[in-house]
This record gives sequence, structure tokens and C-alpha cells, in this order.
Amino acid sequence: MYQYDALDKEFLADRSAEFRHQVARRLAGEITEDQFKPLRLMNGLYLQLHAYMLRIAIPYGTLNVAQLRKLAWVARTYDKGYGHFTTRTNLQFHWIKLRDMPDILDALAEVDLHAIQTSGNCIRNVTADPRAGATAEEVDDPRVWAEVIRQWSTLHPEFTYLPRKFKIAVTASAKDRTAAKTHDIGLSLRRERDGTLGFEVMVGGGLGRTPYIGKTVREHLPVARLLSYLDAILRVYNRHGRRDNPAKARIKILVAQLGIEEFARQVEAEWALIDASKVDLPDTELARIRGFFTRPDFATLPRVSDAFDAARAADPGLARFARNNVHPHKVAGYAIVDVSLKSIGATPGDASAEQLEVLADLAERYSLGEARVTHEQNIVLPHVKLDDLAAVYAGLKAAELASPNINLVSDIIACPGLDYCALANARAIPVAQDIARRFENADRAELVGELKIKISGCINACGHHHVGHIGILGVDKKGEEFYQLTLGGSGAEDAEVGKSLGPALPANRVGQAIEDLVEVYLRERKGDERFLDTFRRTGVEPFKEAVYAEAH
Amino acid sequence: MPKLIRLTPDGAELVDDRFTTVADDEAIPAGDIILSLTRYQAEGEALAGSGRDIGVVLAGDEAVETLVYDLPRIPVIALSFAKYRDGRHYSSARLLRERYGYKGEVRAVGDVLREQAGPMVRCGIDVFAASDGSTPEQWAAAAARFRHVYQRAADSREPIFAERAEGRA
Repeated sequence: MYQYDALDKEFLADRSAEFRHQVARRLAGEITEDQFKPLRLMNGLYLQLHAYMLRIAIPYGTLNVAQLRKLAWVARTYDKGYGHFTTRTNLQFHWIKLRDMPDILDALAEVDLHAIQTSGNCIRNVTADPRAGATAEEVDDPRVWAEVIRQWSTLHPEFTYLPRKFKIAVTASAKDRTAAKTHDIGLSLRRERDGTLGFEVMVGGGLGRTPYIGKTVREHLPVARLLSYLDAILRVYNRHGRRDNPAKARIKILVAQLGIEEFARQVEAEWALIDASKVDLPDTELARIRGFFTRPDFATLPRVSDAFDAARAADPGLARFARNNVHPHKVAGYAIVDVSLKSIGATPGDASAEQLEVLADLAERYSLGEARVTHEQNIVLPHVKLDDLAAVYAGLKAAELASPNINLVSDIIACPGLDYCALANARAIPVAQDIARRFENADRAELVGELKIKISGCINACGHHHVGHIGILGVDKKGEEFYQLTLGGSGAEDAEVGKSLGPALPANRVGQAIEDLVEVYLRERKGDERFLDTFRRTGVEPFKEAVYAEAH
Repeated sequence: MPKLIRLTPDGAELVDDRFTTVADDEAIPAGDIILSLTRYQAEGEALAGSGRDIGVVLAGDEAVETLVYDLPRIPVIALSFAKYRDGRHYSSARLLRERYGYKGEVRAVGDVLREQAGPMVRCGIDVFAASDGSTPEQWAAAAARFRHVYQRAADSREPIFAERAEGRA
């Protein structure tokens, strides 16, 4: 993992001191809420329905043991004992008091955590493949480049007041676990035939009111030129992105209006004029950063573990967990463990202080001190020995963290919705809980297989509903909560925006509708088709028929 | 005479504004003036003969590229921030300084708040018509809040990666 040096730490200390000063001015009445609002937002502090919400950045979703323990401590000391992981791999606390904020930021800074750029029209927390450094699928470690971007984008003076927020994801595997094509910039590391490393640069993806899938602006950007090229994209966007209407201000709108060819031409023209020697990192700094992501201290182990095989044979629960939550590691004798924060009836993405501490303990004992956050609001223990899987499973189970449902129907993304958020039109959490309960039977859930349900409480689409295999969007109809269903979306490498199923449904019909859709899939599927594959083959009609049959 | 905050080598000071900013429908007064881009392009050449300094104010959607040919004889370029959130002129300022080597005064006018001091200074703006009543001391303190920066910009500050290379970590 990247380790902050004295300079990184002094930067955080300065930021913390700045905000302490601003909070003091607000509490003393020297500045109004209107004047204070942009300052607190710059530090991730939102005013929500019931209290302040603090959003803490977790750069590229990577957490160490000390950070997990500190987050647990903050949850217990300053919140109601839990936090909420988001689709940007951030952690939110929803019950924060303004007067505690400076102390919270100081406490976070002790473990190199902060809330910089978790709000505002700036470059937000950069995300990366949660299996980085552990999966054999990747051509390079995307965290190296995510860290490069973190540093470059931190309080970037030119790009702090962009037309709108700006999100970047980095992946290095053909299988995309970052939803790169739904980002303002998605970076996909590739190795060319001549052996050189480069990025495919995709621009203009985004969800919200008008969803777009990112388009490729450059097939092969040599990795060492990354920052000057990002500068060029951001400068074109900063100068020419729309500022008259926040709903049309994301870069996706600029790209759509110019067309990808013209946008690419403008970027290349700007890039040609940039003095890259001032922007691109020197090789020594790249090497320094890369040095933090060398292979951790793996043991030399056999490819199979007799202990694990015996435990799995004896415990069907462990066997099921292994089928769904455990994935191959690039080092023999190790595995990647997905920890679901979607146990049946829970709030998707929530973790209690006790659970955070259990994760810290397990990461410390069994995962070389590391955990990751996924954009699907789960946790990954990236480096677990096969020999230790039974112990990890037991530890997770005791903390209600062993739901064997990764990628299954109850592994739902949901935004906080009307239970917390001032922007929401409808609740999202109870809808997710209801669906999860309907598929509580684990055999049935496994029979259904991969099915990604994503729920947003309003058109801002924080729950990624556009790219759900089944997407659910909360809408307000004359004061009543209704839900618009979309089918066939995907946020992965085969990214696509889902298609509307039909008229919005009242809240009490959503759960049954999901069951109906699943029944159609089970009836229609051929071979090992996923729900998404079947839908793409059959089209919307059989699904529509089942859900709206009563209306005929 | 209206006052402006001007950066100095060790802070900031209050200075008089010797320029009169002239609206497009106003008659040209005596003395040094700042004109809109349109008016500068229409009347600048003729007015230059009257032995006075003429600056230009750019709106958010006006590109600095339009002035490149005239830069050597423009003593001040005022960048107008209609709203503090409108960040286009951060790019304008950097381009003036870094790409076109502009040595004159780059002035921020409009919705200019102390909280913007840091990025504005880093992008090469050196004179500020603060709209929030900030004093030069407050402005200088806000601009100097961070001991380190992560990237090069139009100021002379060395980024963290250069500090590291020099062994300062």
C-alpha cells in the first residue's frame, strides 16, 4: 500500500487546520450558512434531512488495519455506531455534529484519511479495481496510476471549480469491476503488441438524468504521459463545458454535443501545446510510487489446500460461501475473499463499528493487513491463504458478514434514498430489504445466478439504476413513492443503459414485480445464460407481459 | 479611488486602482482605462494614440487567445468571475502566464472571495478586487495556507514530487 510521507501528512494537517478555522468562524456567527456551505462541502460535509453527513474519501478503495479501526472509532464516538460505504468507495457517516468536525478530521488525518474532494465540482475520489494486486487478470497494478491521479488532482488549482463534479476510474483487467464506462474518464490499462503499457482513455460516461456510456477518445496513451493528457481533457472541459444548467454540465454532455471526434481533436490540440515536462511525473517519482505496490510478503504454498478442501466438504455453509464469495488469486495457495455488506434485511453498504473492527482484525491476521471497498458497496479481503479460509469464514459469520450472495439477486446497490437524503424522491433501502427477503433462500438465489439489481431514490442515480440488470428508480407521483423499472443495463465491460420496462409501479408492487421478472428469466433462459444474457436475447416483451399482465 | 489587493514578494498590500473600467455604453473618461474585449477590438487602436494605458476585461466565455497578438501592449487583463463557482478563468490565467508568457497584471474581478485566493494565486492572478471585504493580510494568509502543493502551476512553487526528489520528505 501507498504510505504517506511527511509531506503528504503536512498537507493533511494544513487542510485540517484550515477547516477548523472555518468551523470556528461559522460557530461564532462570523459567517452565514450560505457563506459556509461551499467551505463545508469542500470538506465532504453535507446537510441532510436529519443531521450533517460526512463523506470520507477512501482513495481507490484501499484501507489498512489502522484506518479500519479509526473509522470504527469515529462511528462509535461521533456517530450512531455505523457507517455507510458508497458506490464511489467512500464511507459516509450520517449523524455528525458540526462542532465535532474539526476533531474528526484530525483523528482521520492520524491515519492518513480525509474528506478532501468528496463533494463539489472538482475531481472526486479516484476508484480502481478492488482486486488490484491480487487478480491474475490484470496487466499492471491500477493502484499505481490511481495514486498518481490522487496526488495530481489534490487541490488542483485550475480544476477546483469545474462545470460539475468529475469522476475517474482505473482498471487493468478485461473484466471491468470499476464501472469505468460510467465515469467522466475511464482508464483501462492495456499492453500493446510491442510490449508498451498504455491506457485506453474513455470519456463522457455518466449516469444521472441523462445516462451515457463512455466513448474511447484515445486507444493507446503511453502511461508516462497520463497526467499531461488528463490536463488536456480537463482544460477543454473546464473552458467549454456548459455552465448555464447544472443538469447539462457534466463532460458527457460536452462530448455528446461536440461528437467524440471533435472532442478528441480539441483534446489532442490542447495536449500538443502543453509543456508535458512540467506535468508528467518524472520516472523517479513514478518508480517511487510504484515501489509501494510491489508484491507483499506472500508465502510459498501449494496450489490446493487440503485443510480448506476438508473444511469445505464438512460445512455446506463454507462451501456455498466459497462458491460465491471466493475468487482465484494470482499467487498459489491464496484467494480473494469478497465480504458482502448485503446480509438479508440489512441496509446495503452499512457496516457497524463492531463489523469494521472484525474486518480490521481479519485483514490484520489473514489478509496481509489490507482490505478494499468495492463500488458495489462490499468489502474485499484481497490476500487470504486457502488454509485460512475456514477461519476467515467463521470470523465473518460471527459478525453477520458471511452472506454468500456476491453478484446474486440480494447483492443490491442502493443509495441512502429518502431515509437520509434531502434530494431523494423515494426510499431505496426498504425496497432493497424487501427484495433481499424474497430471495432469502440461498439455493434459490444460486439457481437464479448473477443478477445485479441497482436502486436509486431519485434521478441523480447514485444507486446506478441505469446500469442494473434490473434498475429501480424512485419517483414521486403526487406525494406517493413510485418506482420505474429498467432492464438490461450493465456497468461492466459490456456497459449499456437499461431500457424502461413500462409505467412506474407503486411501492407495494415492486417486490412482486422482481419475482415475476426472475420467473420469466428462469423460464426463458438457455444453457448458462445470465439474466442479462437472456434479456438481451429475448428483448423486453416477455418480461413486460409478466409484470403488467394484470393491466391487460 | 477604489482599492485593490496586490500580491507582494512577502504577502499582499492594498493599492489604488489607477484604471477606470468603462462600460460599453459609457463615454471614454480621461486617464487609464479598462475596456471590454469588443470595445478594445473596435476602439483600442485609435485610443492607444492618446498616450494612456488601456487594459481589457474578459468575460467568462471570452478566450485569452483572442488577445495574444496584443499582449505586449496591454498592461492589465481583468478576468471577470460572474460567480465564484465559474472556474473558466483559472485556465485563462494559466494560459496567459504559462503559454503566452504574459508579464502584465492579471486581475480577478467580480465574485472574488478569500476562499479562492489559493487557486487564483497559483494560476497566476496577482491583483484582486475582493468582493467579500477581505484585507490584504487575510488574503495573503488564505493564499499561503498550504505548505505543499501537488502539481506545478503558474506560480513558482515546486510540487511535492520535486521536494521529494530533493530529499525534503
